[in-house]
Amino acid sequence: MSTETPLAPIGSTSAASPGPVQTQRRLPRFAAAGLFLAGVAVGALLSALTGFSLALTVLYGVVLGTLAVYAVSRQVEGRRKATDRLVTSLVSTAFAIAMVPLLSLVYTVLDRGLARLDASFFTNSMFRVVGEGGGAYHAIVGTVLITALTTLIAVPIGLLTAIYLVEYGTGRLKKAITFFVDVMTGIPSIVAGLFAFALFTLLFGNDVRLGLMGSVALAVLMIPVVVRSCEEVLKLVPNELREAAYALGVPKWRTVVKVVLPTAIAGLGTGITLAVARVIGETAPLLITVGLITGTNFNPFEGRMATLPVFAYYQLTQPGTATQAFIDRAWTAALVLIMLVMGLNVVARLISRLFAPKTGR
Amino acid sequence: MAKRIDVSDLNIYYTNFLAVEGVNVSIEPRSITALIGPSGCGKSTFLRSLNRMHEVIPGARVEGKVVIDGQDLYGSDVDPVNVRRQIGMVFQRPNPFPTMSIYDNVVAGVRLNSTRMKKSEMDDLVETSLKGANLWNEVKDRLSRPGSGLSGGQQQRLCIARAIAVEPEVLLMDEPCSALDPISTLAIEDLMMELKDRFTIVIVTHNMQQAARVSEATGFFNLNGVGQPGRLIEFNPTEKIFSNPDQKATEDYISGRFG
Repeated sequence: MSTETPLAPIGSTSAASPGPVQTQRRLPRFAAAGLFLAGVAVGALLSALTGFSLALTVLYGVVLGTLAVYAVSRQVEGRRKATDRLVTSLVSTAFAIAMVPLLSLVYTVLDRGLARLDASFFTNSMFRVVGEGGGAYHAIVGTVLITALTTLIAVPIGLLTAIYLVEYGTGRLKKAITFFVDVMTGIPSIVAGLFAFALFTLLFGNDVRLGLMGSVALAVLMIPVVVRSCEEVLKLVPNELREAAYALGVPKWRTVVKVVLPTAIAGLGTGITLAVARVIGETAPLLITVGLITGTNFNPFEGRMATLPVFAYYQLTQPGTATQAFIDRAWTAALVLIMLVMGLNVVARLISRLFAPKTGR
Repeated sequence: MAKRIDVSDLNIYYTNFLAVEGVNVSIEPRSITALIGPSGCGKSTFLRSLNRMHEVIPGARVEGKVVIDGQDLYGSDVDPVNVRRQIGMVFQRPNPFPTMSIYDNVVAGVRLNSTRMKKSEMDDLVETSLKGANLWNEVKDRLSRPGSGLSGGQQQRLCIARAIAVEPEVLLMDEPCSALDPISTLAIEDLMMELKDRFTIVIVTHNMQQAARVSEATGFFNLNGVGQPGRLIEFNPTEKIFSNPDQKATEDYISGRFG
């Protein structure tokens, strides 16, 4: 060795680090996962000793598994890498905890809702149904109509407010509007419902129930969400594009309509769709403004309407003679509502993909 | 077409901060005028005040006169939108509209101003503008592709095509080559030499060689210190500025002695 490598620099005697970068021992690829599972196994054993329970198994398992990985990594790989592994497992655990309610909810709703997810659920109303059978046709129609009407009210107001805030607003008025939009975001939904109830009672007298009332209540909840999301999106439009348009002698309003909005259209579409998804499942304001009926009402300007959340609520809380049928319908209504929201999210994704400015490279 | 610009006693403010003070200058038609000077001395601010782009920034205002062809741009009866239709601008960073094709970018000025135009006229306008910007041969087969798919230099020429498509009388260029490589810079400089037969061109540049290469007249801006307003120190034919300037400050700046 001494004769073959006479040029080896002095001090590079350590065989472990032949290069300028220090090398380190590392755990084999699946060692960490294996250690973690071993920890979980020990945890399961522990909980079995004290009378088996799933929650204890998971708790012991996660704690012991994390400790095992940390300890071994500390021994083999050193402190920095061990801390890395510790934090990785903490973050993963937090993620897993966050996923539990979601998966549990989806599983439960699917499990109990699929029983009545048939064609008749989508074609029948509850008109003259007191026991089994029936469906949520009237509630689906009501939810779609009321949500559409809400969108019709909230999007122009919200979008124009956002345009004002980003393109025109200055000084105190802008600050005041931003502040009140923030306040509106925090309005409890029941308060929005009471507002609409009070407004329409003042206008049309007692005992008025309209689909439109529900739309007004939901619009109160939806407007701040639309303003906020549209404002953020409009702020993202580069100022250079506005200047480019001004420099061509384009008036400001036309710059907004023809340059700013088309550039931001993908984000605006996504924001609005998510705002719709936000209000479509509201129950409380609809409960006190729109009420519920068993038949189908296509006219949101006259009489009560059924909506999916309120439908599910009444099916569950006031079951008739065939209790199980009512409970099944409630779960299926919840399932349909979740499907609607998921559908809207997919639509939002599609919008942002379809309308995003193309680079064409 | 090309017009003469006379600026007298121009003070430019951002709210209460005096950014540029007491500019008096006459810019000749059908020529290239370069503005040089250290960063923050008000060159770009001055340039933007020539087509009232300055006042897009909240709180910005101007005192004094900018007279083009006998008309004061800051007269009370003058709409800034009409000023900008006469005086086009090219920016430091190429900024084609990302939602529009190459074709639509070129006719953007016409279309956004809702001028009615036949399809054939529009086609002709696109061709002449792109030829004017030396871009036609590179993009004629892909006019419907997005403008943002072009290279930086091509995008900048697209922006020039867009600016000249509205037939302005003056073309303002704010460091049009500072984001470009030397080859694209050369293409833009050649283009400026061609365009000066038709337009009055004012260019802000940090590149003194560029100013020496392309311009007939050069203005040197400087400021006495931080927080002080920028001033036009010297305005002379380019040859004189670069060989025998009147002011010591100009000579120092050009020969690289400052601070």
